[in-house]
Amino acid sequence: MIPEAGLAALCLALALTLLQGTAGLLGAARHSAAWFAVAQRSAWLQTGLAMAAMAALALSFAQQDYSVRYVAAHASSALPLLYRLGAVWGGHEGSMLLWLTLLGCWSSVFALTMPRGPLSSAALGVLAVLSLGFLSYIIGVSNPFARLFPAPPDGSDLNPLLQDPGLIFHPPVLYMGYVGLAVPFALALAALLTSSRHGQPDISWAHLARPWNLMAWLWLGAGIAAGSYWAYYELGWGGWWFWDPVENASLMPWLIATALLHSLAVTQQRHMFGDWSVLLAIAGLALSLLGTFLVRSGVLTSVHAFAADPSRGIFILGLIAVMVGGALTIYAWRAHTLPRGRPLELLSRETLLLVNNVLLLAACAAVFLGTLYPLLMDVLHWGKISVGRPYFNAVFVPLLLPALILSGMASWTPWRGIPVRTWLRRARLPAAAALATGALVMLCGMPAVPFAAGLAAAIFTLILSGWSLLRHARQRLRPGLSYYGMQFAHMGLACFALGASVSGSFEVSEDVMLRPGGTMTLAGYTVRLQQVSQHTEKNHQALRAQVVFERHGHDVILVTEKRRYASGMVTTEAAIGWGLFRDLFVALGDDLGENGYSLHVAYKPLIRFIWGGAGLMIAGGALGFLGQRRARVRLAHEAPAKVAA
Amino acid sequence: MANIRRWLALLLLMLLMAPMARADDTGQIQFHSPQQAAQYQHLLQEIRCLVCQNQSLAESHADLALDLRLEIAQALKRGESPEQIKARLVKRYGDFVLYRPPLRETTVLLWFGPALLLLCGLWVVWRVIHRQESQA
Amino acid sequence: MIRRFLPLLILLAVLMVAAVGLRRDPTILPSTLLDSKAPLLRAALLQDGGMPQTAELQALLPQGKPSLLNVWASWCTACLQEHAALQRLAASGVTIFGLNYKDTDAAAMAWLRERHNPYRAVFVDPQGILGRDWGVYGVPETFVIDGQGVVRQRIVGPIDDRALSQQLAKLSR
Repeated sequence: MIPEAGLAALCLALALTLLQGTAGLLGAARHSAAWFAVAQRSAWLQTGLAMAAMAALALSFAQQDYSVRYVAAHASSALPLLYRLGAVWGGHEGSMLLWLTLLGCWSSVFALTMPRGPLSSAALGVLAVLSLGFLSYIIGVSNPFARLFPAPPDGSDLNPLLQDPGLIFHPPVLYMGYVGLAVPFALALAALLTSSRHGQPDISWAHLARPWNLMAWLWLGAGIAAGSYWAYYELGWGGWWFWDPVENASLMPWLIATALLHSLAVTQQRHMFGDWSVLLAIAGLALSLLGTFLVRSGVLTSVHAFAADPSRGIFILGLIAVMVGGALTIYAWRAHTLPRGRPLELLSRETLLLVNNVLLLAACAAVFLGTLYPLLMDVLHWGKISVGRPYFNAVFVPLLLPALILSGMASWTPWRGIPVRTWLRRARLPAAAALATGALVMLCGMPAVPFAAGLAAAIFTLILSGWSLLRHARQRLRPGLSYYGMQFAHMGLACFALGASVSGSFEVSEDVMLRPGGTMTLAGYTVRLQQVSQHTEKNHQALRAQVVFERHGHDVILVTEKRRYASGMVTTEAAIGWGLFRDLFVALGDDLGENGYSLHVAYKPLIRFIWGGAGLMIAGGALGFLGQRRARVRLAHEAPAKVAA
Repeated sequence: MANIRRWLALLLLMLLMAPMARADDTGQIQFHSPQQAAQYQHLLQEIRCLVCQNQSLAESHADLALDLRLEIAQALKRGESPEQIKARLVKRYGDFVLYRPPLRETTVLLWFGPALLLLCGLWVVWRVIHRQESQA
Repeated sequence: MIRRFLPLLILLAVLMVAAVGLRRDPTILPSTLLDSKAPLLRAALLQDGGMPQTAELQALLPQGKPSLLNVWASWCTACLQEHAALQRLAASGVTIFGLNYKDTDAAAMAWLRERHNPYRAVFVDPQGILGRDWGVYGVPETFVIDGQGVVRQRIVGPIDDRALSQQLAKLSR
C-alpha cells in the first residue's frame, strides 16, 4: 500500500504543478497578487507531496519490501539500515525523485522569501514547468514504486562502491547544487518575459538572482569537493579527480555558475552585461540537465555509469529540448530589450570580470569538448577516441591559471577603472614575489613548467589577497562581509591550486610486494607490513593488512582492506594517514602467493590543501551570502525612510 | 530489444573478466633505471584499459590491463621507446587506447576549440572597450 | 540576427548528436584489422595426444570462401552460450577456426569432448599473446575472413548465427 500511496502523491503533485505554473504566469501577466498567492501555496503543497513520496520510498526500504522493483535492485537484508536509507537515492529512479523533491524545496523557499511582483510570479511559473517535466519523467518512464511480481525473497545488494557514509551526504549535496541553478534560470526567464511595456526588462532580476546563484554555487562546490574526497579514499587508486564524464558533468555547471556569480555582480553594480548574465543563467541549468543526461543514459562510458537506458535518455533529451530550447527561443526573441553596456575602462573591475568570464567559458568549453567529443566522433563515424587526463592538463589547466591570477588582481582594481600607472605600482611587489618563487621552483628541479606556473599563480594570489585583507584591517576599513567572502574564496582557489600542483609533482608512489614483517623505504619513511589477516563481515570477506609508516621514531599505523562482496564484486579500502602537510596512502593489492602481498604506497605532500582550499572557497561563498543578505536587510530598512523623507 | 542485448553483452563482458582477476604482478618489475620506471608509470597513465569503463592501465585491475602492463614493462626493458610502444598499441587497438587523442583533421576542434573561443571572447571584450572609448 | 539565435543553434546541434549517440554502443570497439590482411597466425594446434603439431592459419584458409576465426576459452561462460550457434554454422558448411585464448590444453580438450567440436582446427594461445596481436579484448570474439584472407568484420560477444550466415553468403558471392 505504501508504494501506491507514494505514486498517488506524485500524481497529485503533478496536478499541483500545473496549477502553480498557470497561476504563476497569470499572476505575472495580470500583476495579480491573488494568483501569486495561489502559485505560492501550490508550490508548498507540491513540495510536501514530493517529500511524502520520498518518505514512502524510504519506508519501503526500511521495511525491506522487495516487491518494489527499485528496492529489490538496491538493497538486501544484509545491508545495514543506514545504507538502506541511503539507497533511496543510490539508484536512478530514486535520485530522480530526489531531484524533484529538492527542486520543490528550492521553489518553496523562493516562494516564501521573494517579494511579490510579476518577476517572482513568473519565476514561480517557470519553476513549475521544470517540476512538471521531472514529474512526468518520473511517473512516465522512471517510476520508483513499480512493483515486481513475483516478489523475490531478497534483494540484490547495493553496489559496494556506494556502501559508504559518503552515499548518505554526497548525492543530496550535489543535487542541491544542480537543482539550485534552476532559480537563477527561472529569474532570468522571468526577466525576459516580464519586460515592461517600454521595452526595458526588469534589471532587478540580477539583484534577486545573486544570492540564489551563490547558494547553488556553494552546494555544487561542496558536492564536487565531497565527491572528489570520496573518490580519493573509496575508489582506492589514490587519485582525487579522474576527468570522468560524471565528474565533468558536475564541473561544467560549476564553472558556469562561477562565471554567473561574477557577471551578476557587474549586472547589479553597473547595470552591464545584462543579456550575458541571462545567457549564463540559462546555460547553467542546461548543463546541469545535460549532466543528468550523461550520467543516466549510458551514452558515455564512465566508471560511475549507473543504468543505461536509451528510452530514458530520449525523454531527458526531450526535456532539455523543451526547457532550454524554449528558454533560448525566448532569449532570441527578447534579448534585445535588455540594457546594453555602458562605458568600459580598460583597467577596471568590470573588464577583469568580463575577461574572467571569457576564461571560465573557454575552460567550460574544454571540459565540454573533452567529454562529448568522443560521442561526436562516433556519431560521425570518424572513429573512436578517448579523451583523458593528458588532454585536460594540456587544455583546461592553462585556461584556469590566468583566471586565478585575475582573481588576485580583482581585489585592488576598483569599479570604473584606475590609471594604469597606479595599477602597475600596486602589482609590482606581489608579481615579483610570484615570479621569484616560480623561478626558484624551476631551478630546484620541479619536473614540469605547468606545475611551476600553477605554484607561482597561487602564491601571487595568496600574497595579494592576504595583503589586501591586512591593509583593510590596519586602516580599520569595514568593507562588509561580502568583501571578506570574496577574498577568502580567491585565497581558497589559490590554496587549491597550491595543493593540486604540489601534490601532483612531488607525490612519491610505489607498487611493491611485501611479506608480513617486510619493509621498504618511501620518501624518508620506513614502511613495514606488520600483519595480514582474514575477516568475515556481514556481507563481505575482508583481507586486512596493517601497515606501519615510521620516521624519526614516530609511527603511523594504517589498516587497509581488500573486500570481496557476496555479489562477487571486489573493492579496495585504502588507508590514509592524514596530516596538514602530507598524506600517507596505502592500498592493499592482491595476494601474490607464498605469503607475499602487493601494496600501493604513496606519499602525497600538500594534498589536503585541495580540499582545504575548496573549504575556504565554500566558507568565502557563505560569508558572501551573509553579506548580501545583510545588505538587503539594510536596503529594506533604508528604503521606507527615503520614501518618508 | 537492441538495448537488452547491449546490456547483456556488457554484463557478460564484465562477468568474463571477473573470474580471471589474477594476482597483480607489477609489484616485482625491476627496471634498469629510475628514468625507465618513470616512463613506465607515465605510459600507464596515458593508456586506456580497453575492457574497463573509464580507467587507465594504472588504475585498472582487469586481466587484460595486467597483461598490457607486463607487455609494456618488458618492451621498455628491451629498450623500446614509449613512442614505439604507443604506436604498436594504436596499430592493434586504434586511437581509442590513447588518453591523449592524436591531433588530426577530425580532432582539430577538440584541441583548438577552447583556445578559439578564448580568442573570440577576448576580441569581443576588446571591441566593447574600443567602441565605447570612441563613443566617449 | 544570427547572433541571437546562436545559443539555440548550438543547443540543437548538441541535442542531435546526443540523440544519435544514444543508439550507439560505447563499449563496442571497431577492429583495426578491418579490410586488411589477417595477421600471421602461426601456433601449435590443440590436439588429443600425439605429436605436437604447428600450423599457420593463412595456409589453412579455404581459397575463395569466407571463414571464421573464433576466439574462445573453456573458462568463458559466454562462449558456452554461443556454442550452439557455432555448431549450426559448422553444420551448414562454414569453415571455423578456433583460437583457444589463455586456457590450458587439457581444459580446452575436455570442453570440446563434452560438446561437439565445430572447429576445423584450434590454435592454442596459452599466454594470450596471439590474441593481443589480433586486438582481442574480450572473449568470445569472432573474426570474419573473406576468401582473399582479408578481415571483414569482428564481433565481440556471442554471435548471432542467422545474421552471420547472411553476411557470409554475401561475401562468398
